[in-house]
Amino acid sequence: MHPARSVILFTTLSGLGFGLLIWLGLGLPTVTGWSAFAFFSVAYLLAGGGLIASTFHLGRPERGLKAFTQWRTSWLSREAWCSAATLLVMALYGAGLVFLEARWALLGWIGAALSLLTVFTTSMIYTQLRSVPRWHMALTPALFLSLALAGGALLAGQVGYAMPLLLLAGAIQIAHWLRGDGALARSGSTMNSATGLTGGPVRAFEPPHTGPNYLLHEMVHVVGRKHATRLRAIALVMMVLVPAGCLALPFSHSIAALAVLSHLLGILASRWLFFAEAEHVVGLYYGKR
Amino acid sequence: MTTLPESTDRKLGLVIDLDTCVGCHACVISCKGWNTENYGAPLSDQSPYGADPSGTFLNRVHSYEVQPEDGLAQLIHFPKSCLHCEDAPCVTVCPTGASYKRTEDGIVLVNESDCIGCGLCAWSCPYGARELDAAEGVMKKCTLCVDRIYNDNLPEEDRMPACVRTCPAGARHFGDLGDPDSAVSQLVAERGGLDLMPEQGTRPVNKYLPPRPKDRIAAEPRALEPVVEEATGFLGWLDRALDRLPGGGD
Repeated sequence: MHPARSVILFTTLSGLGFGLLIWLGLGLPTVTGWSAFAFFSVAYLLAGGGLIASTFHLGRPERGLKAFTQWRTSWLSREAWCSAATLLVMALYGAGLVFLEARWALLGWIGAALSLLTVFTTSMIYTQLRSVPRWHMALTPALFLSLALAGGALLAGQVGYAMPLLLLAGAIQIAHWLRGDGALARSGSTMNSATGLTGGPVRAFEPPHTGPNYLLHEMVHVVGRKHATRLRAIALVMMVLVPAGCLALPFSHSIAALAVLSHLLGILASRWLFFAEAEHVVGLYYGKR
Repeated sequence: MTTLPESTDRKLGLVIDLDTCVGCHACVISCKGWNTENYGAPLSDQSPYGADPSGTFLNRVHSYEVQPEDGLAQLIHFPKSCLHCEDAPCVTVCPTGASYKRTEDGIVLVNESDCIGCGLCAWSCPYGARELDAAEGVMKKCTLCVDRIYNDNLPEEDRMPACVRTCPAGARHFGDLGDPDSAVSQLVAERGGLDLMPEQGTRPVNKYLPPRPKDRIAAEPRALEPVVEEATGFLGWLDRALDRLPGGGD
């Protein structure tokens, strides 16, 4: 799949933002006044910034509100509802903390649950696609949720939770890569099943047009896979190992900032691979994957 | 409404004969022509006369080579457009309700004024039947020429999809695949019509008729072997005469 910058930024930033909102909703840390304002600002900048970035890949962003109508079947529509509900509930909860120094715990828990649900709906947009076997597995929501929880804990300064969650997310990431590598083969889709042709191996003799097209550009992105192994190592080190190492050190603001920055860059690398390595079965019609 | 209908009154679709298709791409051109001038946004081209032309097409013809273990390679031309699936994943993923499957005839359509161009339906389609138009920013797909098949202003023989009407080889057939007695259903039954990527669980309405088995020559011809050992007549005399010259014969 084409690793579009807008979608990579969206899933990375909003994942971290909603991850932070989970912990803020749970009251970990319980902050009020200006420090609450700082925490909520970071969370809203990440979550909202990610959501705004996601509209950049739309062909007709001016009709975006219509995306709220099909929640019965569409995970993208459900995500729109969950993210809007989360931002509203958490705004109310945050206002209580910032302006009234009051923690409405029930509202916070509802907000935390909605934040988690938002990340889940994001992951389901990809997981539901049977046409992309690498995404179509339970490990995909597990990866998104564990990364949001770990990144959120890191941003919320919850060292005790962040360390095991980072390691868990790293383990799920490795499993997602390894399991994903054989996903296309396990899906059963081949050039033979795609064309219905039997009697021998099928070779793409001529493409439909001499030039590229939307399908090849969007679904058959092979360039980004060149450095896959190196990028996997970079992603794992920056996303998990560096932040975990920083957490093991005595606390200082600069080390905490390094941990967060490294984690963010690591997730960006991982998300790049999430898209670039994903093989859409339509590639089989072009003899590519 | 992106909920798929439980069942449709009819299942209009195409039957494509891979044995007959000659790969002329006439269906591609007629499709592009009709659908650029009629229903919905035109199918745009980007830099059509430039170095790197591309454009939106609802129907594309691939060519494949099948290499049997023994025997000669076969070339198969393979037109591909929307299969109007019964379990169309492109419909249910749509967040705006722009994508829908009609209850009356099973045609999958896009209401372009509701489409936000998110591209998720194209991602969900295993067949590559949907293309986002780069100029309009909305999703384009085969409409089964819904503006031809019910069009009373057209002569009756033209009330079929443009690709079917134009195919010079008769490789494309249009009809109700939900009716077991229809000509297309009979053809599918007779020729063993099949689904593309059945493992994707989309239950396509369009069917493909596989190429018929090719004739085989009983014995391989002895190619490139001399059929006459000794020349006779004038050539024989010339052969012998040249042999007699100094340096001739070996």
